[in-house]
Amino acid sequence: MFYREAGQFKTTYAADMATFPIRQDRIGLALILFVAFVGVPLAGDVFLLNSVMIPFLILSLGAIGLNILTGYTGLLSLGSAGFMGVGAYACYKLETYFPNVNVLIWIVASGLISSVVGVFFGLPSLRIKGFYLVVATLAAQFFLEWAFARVPWLVNDNDSGAIEVSTRTLFGVPVIGPAASPQARYLVALTIVTIMAWIASNIVRGRIGRMWMAVRDMDIAAELIGIRLLRAKLLAFAVSSFYIGVAGAMMVFLWLGAAEPEAFNIDLSFELLFMVIIGGLGSILGAFLGAAILHILPIVLRALPAALGIPVQAAHVEHITFMAEGALIILVLIVEPHGLAQLWRTTKQKLRVWPFPY
Amino acid sequence: MKNHWIAKGLGGALALALAAPAFAEDSIYVPLFTYRTGPFAGSGTPVADGMHDYLTMLNERDGGIGGVKLVIDECETGYDTKKGLECYDTVKPRGPVLINPWSTGITLSLIPKASVDKIPILSMAYGLSAAARGDIFPWIFNPPDTYWDGASQILKYLGGGSVDGLKGKTVGYLYFDAAFGREALPFFQTAAKDAGFDLKLYPVAPADMQNQGSKWLDIRRDKPDFLVMYGWGAMNPTAIKEAVKANFPMDKFVSIWWPNDADAASAGEGAKGFKELNWHGAGADYPAFADIKKLVIDAGKSQAQVGEFGATLYGHGVFNSMLIAEAIATAQKVTGHKVVTGEDVRRGLENINFDDARLKAIGLAGFASPFKITCADHNSHGATFVQQWDGAKWVRVSDAITSSSELVQPLIDAAAKSYAEKNAGWPQRTEPCDNKS
Repeated sequence: MFYREAGQFKTTYAADMATFPIRQDRIGLALILFVAFVGVPLAGDVFLLNSVMIPFLILSLGAIGLNILTGYTGLLSLGSAGFMGVGAYACYKLETYFPNVNVLIWIVASGLISSVVGVFFGLPSLRIKGFYLVVATLAAQFFLEWAFARVPWLVNDNDSGAIEVSTRTLFGVPVIGPAASPQARYLVALTIVTIMAWIASNIVRGRIGRMWMAVRDMDIAAELIGIRLLRAKLLAFAVSSFYIGVAGAMMVFLWLGAAEPEAFNIDLSFELLFMVIIGGLGSILGAFLGAAILHILPIVLRALPAALGIPVQAAHVEHITFMAEGALIILVLIVEPHGLAQLWRTTKQKLRVWPFPY
Repeated sequence: MKNHWIAKGLGGALALALAAPAFAEDSIYVPLFTYRTGPFAGSGTPVADGMHDYLTMLNERDGGIGGVKLVIDECETGYDTKKGLECYDTVKPRGPVLINPWSTGITLSLIPKASVDKIPILSMAYGLSAAARGDIFPWIFNPPDTYWDGASQILKYLGGGSVDGLKGKTVGYLYFDAAFGREALPFFQTAAKDAGFDLKLYPVAPADMQNQGSKWLDIRRDKPDFLVMYGWGAMNPTAIKEAVKANFPMDKFVSIWWPNDADAASAGEGAKGFKELNWHGAGADYPAFADIKKLVIDAGKSQAQVGEFGATLYGHGVFNSMLIAEAIATAQKVTGHKVVTGEDVRRGLENINFDDARLKAIGLAGFASPFKITCADHNSHGATFVQQWDGAKWVRVSDAITSSSELVQPLIDAAAKSYAEKNAGWPQRTEPCDNKS
């Protein structure tokens, strides 16, 4: 009933092939975008924007990138944090060499560099898959982390070994650095993520996405129907690393403000992988849901005792959060192994036929 | 993308929840960034207890500072930069008078924000060494010593009073391979070249803190005359244990000021002779500590475990809180405000002057050596000493060792200049100075 499509006639092929063919979906999405672009910056305080929304958006973008590789093409990777680092360090180098070019251009350009590195480390994927590929990408992760720590050129010979971000403006408004308001940074992050999520959702629905999914489901069969595996897999690595690289550049420039190599350690790779698995493999929505569960849920859990007026030591809250988060993740995986996105798909299907289940 | 709004709703509810607890006007909000969880909890917990207990003691004994109660609030960072920034955003709306990040990573992220948000940062003997230059970093304070001071003091001690005494020797440098350990690297390299000693490097990656076997194989092979350690968290006890296992002469093994009593004790009898640099007295034999014992620990208001009270890192925590308290007290004196703000406390920090009389007045005579912070010098580059582990406690084994400012100052100047240049648009200092002298 809530999703009744009766009366929504499609008169063109374009309308039939739209990303969101159901009117209710379009209204819902428009509402979400309206809230995200207008409501949150107006209502949001510093904490909500800085510590909840901006990281959520950036991690979502990273999860979309990994989902393209793991969820759509079936190539497991543990190198995501390394590729995020490539994006961040590339952006830092580009930005210090050409300080007069708008840094937003460099954020996107750094994705291209990350994509080249991703293709390079993706080369073995033609020969190896599954756990062996995990090990190969793990090598990428360790090598990249080592390079960030050991190549002083990457950090412009800073004594601290960290990269730092100075103030940059867009249309005269500071959007990056300490002087930028959280609203400005949030809107920049939201715009980038919205555009890139939209592009991703179109890529995965089209010829390229189907090619990836064919490779994922059975690569020999895909080869037999004329898909060139090397190109398909490397393209997946390239696009995925591009997204992850942009997310990495955004992480340093719009969120952290400075980063040590430690910021891109293996934990972050695992975090992204968990987001993809919990959110739902092969789903753009899943990337957002996974990021929400893994980033926002702990913040809510941490704030709960204080909000309810229960006096608990900060360290105990942390322990409880760890346990609750772990339990929830296991619960989600048992109840819905296909991730939260599948949960939404089921719900939506039920709503469409409600009250007549069949 | 439908469920997206749920996340937003939760975030909104959370923001409301956080905004709700309003603080009384007549209190001073002092957030403490601590870590009692994660791989660095071993080092973080005693520090957190020391900081917390001293400030609680002031609340209990004196009703706060200058008659204004302190609101002490711990935020768990887990030594994680991202969580640290989350803590920062959590505490910021409540008007913190200063921030102690207790992590080099968090400090680096917060440095540019300090002048914008008008919240001074106190990174006690860690963080960015260049921040010692008060004219370039008016909001950042890192007393009493930088890692470069520490390196110069250790080398001076090993060289028998002067770095040149190391000529022809081999010095190993075992360090935490992150910003913290690498910062001292250029100092050691320059010193090795100038003084003519051989420098061997043993970097320990953060992931390998508890897995240093291969480094110790190298150390056994190279047989350095002296070994200097810059470690933190689980790296310290592991290194001491490995040194015992490798039969490295413990009295030739000197660490920067971070190993705790428990780190040395965990290696058993063999750790006897291990040395570390420190800038405050060991033990708990001071009147202020007696008050902490009586009013906080015995009253059940502390989380400190048995044996933690009076340990080196507990002392670091107390020292940190002593600086916080003195900054607030000085701010009250300089500005005349009772309830001080971040801007007031910044002025307070710049006017800190610990002379013998003042240290005696706060019940910590002999705990710290006298030092003062000025507008130009946010560090003081104070004298330190070497303490040695006798199997049960630390024993002071050296006289005061001063820092070689002719070696350290040029590095600090160059680093500060390069930081300001690389962060184009770094603000010029506009904050007035109270003590021009």
